[in-house]
Amino acid sequence: MKNEEIILSEREKILGRIREALKVSAPLPGSHSEVAAHATTESPASHAREWLPSVGASGAEQFDLFAKNCADLKADFQLLNNREELPAALQKIAAAEKWSRIASHDGELSNFASVSLGLPVLLTDKGYDVQEMEKCDAGISECDALIAQTGGVVVTNRSAGGRALSVLPPHHIVLARREQLVADLPAAFALLQQKYADNYPSMISFITGPSRTGDIERILVLGAHGPKKLTILCF
Amino acid sequence: MSFVSQFKSLASEKTRDLRHRSVIRTALRSYEVVRDKRKAAFQSWESARQAAAETKWEAINHLDEHLVALTAKLEARGTKVHWASNGAQAREIISQILRDKKARSIIKSKAMTSEEIHLNHALEKEGYTVVESDLGEFIVQLRHEAPYHIVFPSMHLTRGEIKDLFQKELGDAPSDSPEDLTMVARRVMRQKYLTADVGFTGGNFAIAETGMISITENEGNARLTAALPKTMITLMGIEKVLPRFADLALFLPMLATAGAGQPMTCYNTMYSGPRQPGECDGPEEWHVVLLDNRRTELLANAEQRDSLHCIRCGACLNVCPIFRNVGGHTYGTTYSGPVGAVITPHLRGLQDWKHLSNASTLCGGCTEACPVKIDLHHHLLQNRRNASTSEPAFFEKLAYQTFAIVANEPAFWSLAKKIGWLTQPLQSLVKGTALDPAKAWTKTRELPPQPLESFKDWWKNRK
Ligand code: SF4
Repeated sequence: MKNEEIILSEREKILGRIREALKVSAPLPGSHSEVAAHATTESPASHAREWLPSVGASGAEQFDLFAKNCADLKADFQLLNNREELPAALQKIAAAEKWSRIASHDGELSNFASVSLGLPVLLTDKGYDVQEMEKCDAGISECDALIAQTGGVVVTNRSAGGRALSVLPPHHIVLARREQLVADLPAAFALLQQKYADNYPSMISFITGPSRTGDIERILVLGAHGPKKLTILCF
Repeated sequence: MSFVSQFKSLASEKTRDLRHRSVIRTALRSYEVVRDKRKAAFQSWESARQAAAETKWEAINHLDEHLVALTAKLEARGTKVHWASNGAQAREIISQILRDKKARSIIKSKAMTSEEIHLNHALEKEGYTVVESDLGEFIVQLRHEAPYHIVFPSMHLTRGEIKDLFQKELGDAPSDSPEDLTMVARRVMRQKYLTADVGFTGGNFAIAETGMISITENEGNARLTAALPKTMITLMGIEKVLPRFADLALFLPMLATAGAGQPMTCYNTMYSGPRQPGECDGPEEWHVVLLDNRRTELLANAEQRDSLHCIRCGACLNVCPIFRNVGGHTYGTTYSGPVGAVITPHLRGLQDWKHLSNASTLCGGCTEACPVKIDLHHHLLQNRRNASTSEPAFFEKLAYQTFAIVANEPAFWSLAKKIGWLTQPLQSLVKGTALDPAKAWTKTRELPPQPLESFKDWWKNRK
């Protein structure tokens, strides 16, 4: 009880100080520069699309841009002709990397893909042992969207088998359908808002390339703590 | 030693340290090039900056409403929100959670706020094991050092030094290649994630509209920290709010571009609660600690309120000629570089930290680099003004008053000229020594010789 009271009173104290401080208004941003501050009733960021890096108008251009961004990020992007090519593409990676077990989750695409490999699969949906997941060679997951503008993948813990599946195993395989490609970041946020509205998954992650660090002499090293490899299989 | 004399002695040591110079130059060499390339990829970086500045203005100037909305949303999904007026309260809140959970080990992802309140030190004193998981932070933690830079904590070290450090502290350093060294840290950290009782993170943005906290990182360490331990604690300054979820579409790429010349940071993750019913993993409990620690004092200063817009991208540090010469540790503050020089006097006392505002060339590079258009170099001037109005320096005042008298009286002025001309040869004897009245200036500069005939005499005598 006493603790509750302290917490409440600190909250009120801080809010009180804020309200007191805000009685004096601050100059609008940009008052020291050439660009005039424009008063607006809509969100200043609502025109972000017009300022962010441009994306092509057509779907083909956007796929090209996505592929180019993936190459820059050192992510492997494979555009397949149809769903039936998925098993072969996966087999090839599994053989090259000598996978012996994988982690995945229950989903139409992910089931199809992981079953096709014929390897032991750790499914995350009903809870799992993290030590077991740590021993998996790859995590295979679905996603919410691909973003042409950044070469990124959007996952949530609902669409991609929880919080750890996409970061704990050393190789993250993302399965996507062509229609999941969106043009830019504003479109990705609009999609999330529309899809989840008032019931957001507790984790939404924009993954842009495999895990990396530049903390030693600013030299890029992949696989700092998360996956060393990120492969996006899209059909 | 006072803060100012410590700053001066470290600064003069570092500016002469050629090794330090070359390390910092190497570290920042490519930064400006890649950042400019990424900025050029924007259709309009300037409009984006203006919109970012206006969005932050809106957020900060309605901070109370946004914080109320944020906490209501967070609490609705089972997150426990705590409020701390200062560092001691924040530390106590965090200790209390650790005691309740009977925790022993804590895995941390990068959080400058935890440096600000000296959390690691306090927790270690209470007997907890605290491990920094961000590679750069892990390296400086092993060295018992503060981060050198708010974004690149270990940029002052060479691979050779890091190899020696790992060999000494971990007994494992196969070579000095960054790749090998990173893999050593990866191996060490893996088991720590799996066994830590509590995961600790900072926060980059807090979304009032949806009740989310967004964390930006490259390594995946924050993702793991927020996925595996049973309890999660997030410590964040109250100024981190953004009004809308979709504002992130602008802020995430801008933070990455300004901070490191990346189109997007590798992981940008929005958390809106602990593990929810039906979800398969994630912490059972999530505690969010909102920290004031004199941010409300900065808020009360309308003239400099925009310094709370800071998204801690580090761009102003990277371009600052002072930072690049004196180095991050010389500041003696959690937040260094131009933004540190602006806010530290507010957070820790004007008279103790005013010297940081004097250590500036006022080139304005910081203001130009800032993605949210904080008027940094004008704020440095305002700090100088405020410091000298509230506590004028006696000798400075005396010197200017005397100068005013002499300069206003032609007779005094020509007398001063004569004295100056006559004593000039003496100056070369004492130049830069303790006897030289202009020592601070002449130590590293040449005083131009005073000509025999002044401009005024020449004008009078001209044909
Ligand atoms: S003041 Fe601006 S440039 Fe400096 S760290 Fe903050 S946001 Fe970045």
